[in-house]
Amino acid sequence: MKRTLIAAALALSLSAVASAQLKIGFVGELSGPQAPLGQDQYDALMLLIEQNGGKLGGVPVQVIKEDSQLKPDVANQVVDKLLDKDKVQIITGVTFSNIMMAVHKKITDKGVFLIGSNAGPSPIAGAQCSPYFFSTSWQNDNQAEVVGKYASDKGYKNVIAMAPNYQAGKDFIAGFKRTYKGGTVIDEIYTPLNQQDFSAELAQVASKKPDALYVFYPGGLGVNFVKQFQQAGLNKSITVMSASTVDGTTLPALRDAALGWLSGTFWGPDFPNDANQKFVAAFEKKYNRIPSQYAAQSYDAAQLLDSAIRKVGGKVDNKKALHAALKAADFKSIRGNFKFNANQFPIQDMYVFDVAKDSKGRVSLRTVSKPLTNHQDSYVGQCNMKPI
Amino acid sequence: MTLQLTLSQLMNGLQLGVLLFLLAAGLTLVFGIMSFVNLAHGSLYMLGAYFGAAAFAKTDSFTLALLAAVLGAGVVGLLLDRFALTKLYTRDHLDQVLATFGLILFFNELIRIVWGPGSIFMQVPDALSNTVEIAGFTYPAYRFAIIGAGLLVALGLYLLIQKTRVGMLIRAGATHPHMVASLGVNIKWLNTLVFALGAALAGLAGVMAGPIVSVQPGMGEPVLILTLVVIIIGGLGSIRGAFYAALIVGVVDTLGRAFMPTLMRSIFERNTADAAGPAIASMLIYLLMALVLAFKPQGLFPTSAGATR
Repeated sequence: MKRTLIAAALALSLSAVASAQLKIGFVGELSGPQAPLGQDQYDALMLLIEQNGGKLGGVPVQVIKEDSQLKPDVANQVVDKLLDKDKVQIITGVTFSNIMMAVHKKITDKGVFLIGSNAGPSPIAGAQCSPYFFSTSWQNDNQAEVVGKYASDKGYKNVIAMAPNYQAGKDFIAGFKRTYKGGTVIDEIYTPLNQQDFSAELAQVASKKPDALYVFYPGGLGVNFVKQFQQAGLNKSITVMSASTVDGTTLPALRDAALGWLSGTFWGPDFPNDANQKFVAAFEKKYNRIPSQYAAQSYDAAQLLDSAIRKVGGKVDNKKALHAALKAADFKSIRGNFKFNANQFPIQDMYVFDVAKDSKGRVSLRTVSKPLTNHQDSYVGQCNMKPI
Repeated sequence: MTLQLTLSQLMNGLQLGVLLFLLAAGLTLVFGIMSFVNLAHGSLYMLGAYFGAAAFAKTDSFTLALLAAVLGAGVVGLLLDRFALTKLYTRDHLDQVLATFGLILFFNELIRIVWGPGSIFMQVPDALSNTVEIAGFTYPAYRFAIIGAGLLVALGLYLLIQKTRVGMLIRAGATHPHMVASLGVNIKWLNTLVFALGAALAGLAGVMAGPIVSVQPGMGEPVLILTLVVIIIGGLGSIRGAFYAALIVGVVDTLGRAFMPTLMRSIFERNTADAAGPAIASMLIYLLMALVLAFKPQGLFPTSAGATR
């Protein structure tokens, strides 16, 4: 009996090894306050793989997930492990820009493909672009640029801009100002990154009576900000345009407090295209929550890999062929229009959403307008893409 | 800068101050009486917020939420004291810091397992969801309620410690623990009581902050740092010190954030001011702490225990 069991176990483990031909690494923030972002990226990736019966492009895959803990040094360690010990051929995920900057060069220098499904810091879209890097999300500035365009279209004359005092905060305000024409940013308020209470700043904003307020407060900071803004009674008097503040990860904690807020990004759960409707329904069924944009980006990353691996017949060692197949982006993106620019960031439409109740009475994002069509980032000119 | 704006900023400072006082009172008592450094105090604040949010979601009653948070955090404090921390009271401070830092990690992970990594929903109770207009400025009613509740608790603590027998023992225990023990008082139970009381106050602070801030794992750490600053400025072990220092820190921090950037802009050009203003504003309370330490190393209201230990 014992011997049979051992034999069976051996056989099982052998078959597991034999069928797991393709190893894919996933790196993301899976613990700490920003974990909901990484978790949505991971869940959406696994959703597509599950829908495909454990395969991508017809090849059985094994996903090795690593938590970068929002610490660049930890990210370096886990990437070393993925590259040297697990010998993965493709890495996807990466949640934060500082993590991306820490691991981008290391991964692409090794000739391993990195499919970024969130962070898009400007250096890797410009001078440090690499043929081994593809993004299925956006260059960081895009989500701010669409809000700036929206504010111009609406003819807002006086706008106050607020963000945490760190690199991304400054980028998001710079991106807004790049496309905001016909009015003035009368004040820019930068708060320390660890500040949790915004009452002092809100009192100031209220006293200046701007036409609109533009904010960038990602994750838990956004939850604090939106709640306090609403409690100060300002939702009624000031229009708020946001980037990366109210999204699928924060709305469950905000609900009615965020009603009426505007947000600029590339995708919303209410997009009517078939691919998206299927994705949203499947995600809600499996995980019992509305997918966030982070899930959407990662689902498209999985779809991209699926299409490219199928095109090269599973031969991922042929880097030139795999690169061409990835670059073709031959899949139905759930956002609609999608193609890769010369720097391998998306050329895509950018939308503005508002927070409203969906058909089931849940607070979610609703499409308002499409201020930018076939939008590309402003760093592509600095990218001198080398051939593989 | 209008008078109304200044007034509403003062109110904001006061509100932050009373919240900090609730946290600082427990922390400083525990330090004063047991000479115990409890970094996990922020975790009790977090637990209070989670217990409160969960009870509020279930019952729709903010009163029950308050009760759940205070009792829940108090019971966790009691259990922590009896089962985990008693052995640490006689160890040196470095061991205590290490062990309670471990507790922070433990509680954050526990919360993540039970409630998930994202922030959970908690709203202001309906009765307090409007704004109030006084002297020409509007102010959230809920923040008023926090200020009121905080001042009431401060008064209650004052009466408890100055006017009751238990309070007398606590005061005696803070200055002469061995003498109190040799007079036949069960100092172990006194310690547990103080620890649980501190935990309950932290839980109360947590549930009151819940509707204002994001209820999420790790929410206790930023506030713990401010609390430590408060008890250092106020004088370790001194409740009165904690009260005044909490209000000072709350007001200085809020006014600094409100007016420093504008002030800097009148001195420097825009870019420099935008970078330096918030940075200096967030340093103000630490500068204040450094000043206090330089001129009154025992804090503004030292206890005699602080002087001897």
